[in-house]
Amino acid sequence: MRVMVMVKATEDSEAGRMPPAELLDAMMKFNEELVKAGIMLAGDGLKPTSEAKRVHFDGTKRTVTDGPFAETRELVAGYWIWQVKDMAEAVEWVKRCPNPMFGPSDIDIRPLYEMEDFAEITTPETAALERRLRKEMGG
Amino acid sequence: MADGIHQAIETVFRIERARLIGGLARLVRDVDLAEELAQDALVAALAEWPRTGVPTKPGAWLMETARRRAIDGFRRQRMRARKHAEIALAQDEADDGADALEAALDDDLGDELLGLIFAACHPVLPPQARSALTLRLVGGLTTGEIARAFLSPEATIAQRIVRAKRTLRSTGLAFEVPRGAERQPRLASVLEVIYLIFNEGYVATSGEDLIRPALAAEAQRLGRILAGLMPEEPEVFGLLALMELQASRFAARTGPDGALVPITDQNRARWDWLLIRRGLAALARAEALGGADRPYALQAALAACHARARTAEETDWPRIAALYDRLCAVAPSPVIELNRAVAYSMAFGPETGLALLDAIERADALRDYAPLPAARGDFLFRAGRWAEARHEFQTAASLSRNARERDFLLRRAAACGG
Repeated sequence: MRVMVMVKATEDSEAGRMPPAELLDAMMKFNEELVKAGIMLAGDGLKPTSEAKRVHFDGTKRTVTDGPFAETRELVAGYWIWQVKDMAEAVEWVKRCPNPMFGPSDIDIRPLYEMEDFAEITTPETAALERRLRKEMGG
Repeated sequence: MADGIHQAIETVFRIERARLIGGLARLVRDVDLAEELAQDALVAALAEWPRTGVPTKPGAWLMETARRRAIDGFRRQRMRARKHAEIALAQDEADDGADALEAALDDDLGDELLGLIFAACHPVLPPQARSALTLRLVGGLTTGEIARAFLSPEATIAQRIVRAKRTLRSTGLAFEVPRGAERQPRLASVLEVIYLIFNEGYVATSGEDLIRPALAAEAQRLGRILAGLMPEEPEVFGLLALMELQASRFAARTGPDGALVPITDQNRARWDWLLIRRGLAALARAEALGGADRPYALQAALAACHARARTAEETDWPRIAALYDRLCAVAPSPVIELNRAVAYSMAFGPETGLALLDAIERADALRDYAPLPAARGDFLFRAGRWAEARHEFQTAASLSRNARERDFLLRRAAACGG
């Protein structure tokens, strides 16, 4: 399965404070471990939301707002895409990550939808089943 | 809570397992014993970590524990030898064993995993045993999982693995990463095994499912591990590029009814653009390392031609034809000749393709090979020779062992009109 591992923002990351050299070094080593384990697919750090835009949707209306955005702890400061066997494996790897921030911080792990998740919706069998159910329900 | 810590320990073990077995096999020169020692270390962890918490370097802890047990084992052997007043030679050997183990404690832990991969793919083993052993030792798959993946009875796979381990033990393999003149042929065997596993997943040669994605995914993971551990080997990146690019089309390769969709008809929005980006990067790395003209890199370059085309019409068929010329020169095979004919038909018209197929058929190496009449059928169809095309598609369908592929060919035959 694939997961997106999201490093959540803090006041420091939103202020654009660069981490110290030791942390960058530890992070580099961690990334090397991920590559050697064959689980790293992609990863990047994100600039603070002071450089971001937000597009709000409401029906056909689109409203664009400039950053920075207020809800700091809900924002994402960086991400990886990993290929892992299951969520437990992703959790163990995240535990090995050096604390990416100066103070307390959070990392969220979110599974990606995969081909199989959509296969369920599109097989002819389920489509036929759905048609039959609709008919039985008089729809 | 107790369940939580146990699951965490099992997961940590799964992550460390292959490296652990690689390191231990290097010490005791026996994969079976290494697996047993690793399992003992897991048992020790399950007893200790719930109390002490998971150590900061769990891999090192497991290795240290297992090594201590290995040394104890050797000492016990020596004691037994004394008690039974065995001949002096046996005792000397046991002493040597224990000393070697103690000395190895200070060894560099860097490439145990690589050593294990090279051992599992050793050319002394029959090809089928290599993939089974690699999936077992490096991939951590159970015998049952491997059997399902290869559509073989579990007993067959189990026997294959047991024999392979025995062969490795009797050859006294050192579980080291080969160097010098031995390195390239051994590496070629590793790449071959990984690509075989990938292909087994990518194009199931028999059975109902066209793709067994789990097997392909495991091969990709092995390729990524290898690329991480051997960053200077061009063909490692060539193979990785090939697998990433081919896998990028998994979702688009089958229609909603499970039928095969040819590359020119695929919905490119369903291609996996992350894998394409990774594949193109790996290909660039292979070429930068001077490996552009090696077989895997050339095949990856072919796959990249499709990946780079935004629409099927934009496909650079003359470039694909030229790449097939080079591939035929470095890795000649009848199947590649056939693909070359397809490329030429797309670049220069169906008549050119038909002429090349005639030459292949005269060589007679692809008798009863479904893709050959399928290609001829396609060329004839595009040349407007429908009756002949229908006959070829029907022949191809009767030769195909894959149900999905057969359906596809029969549909094409039907499309030729009656």
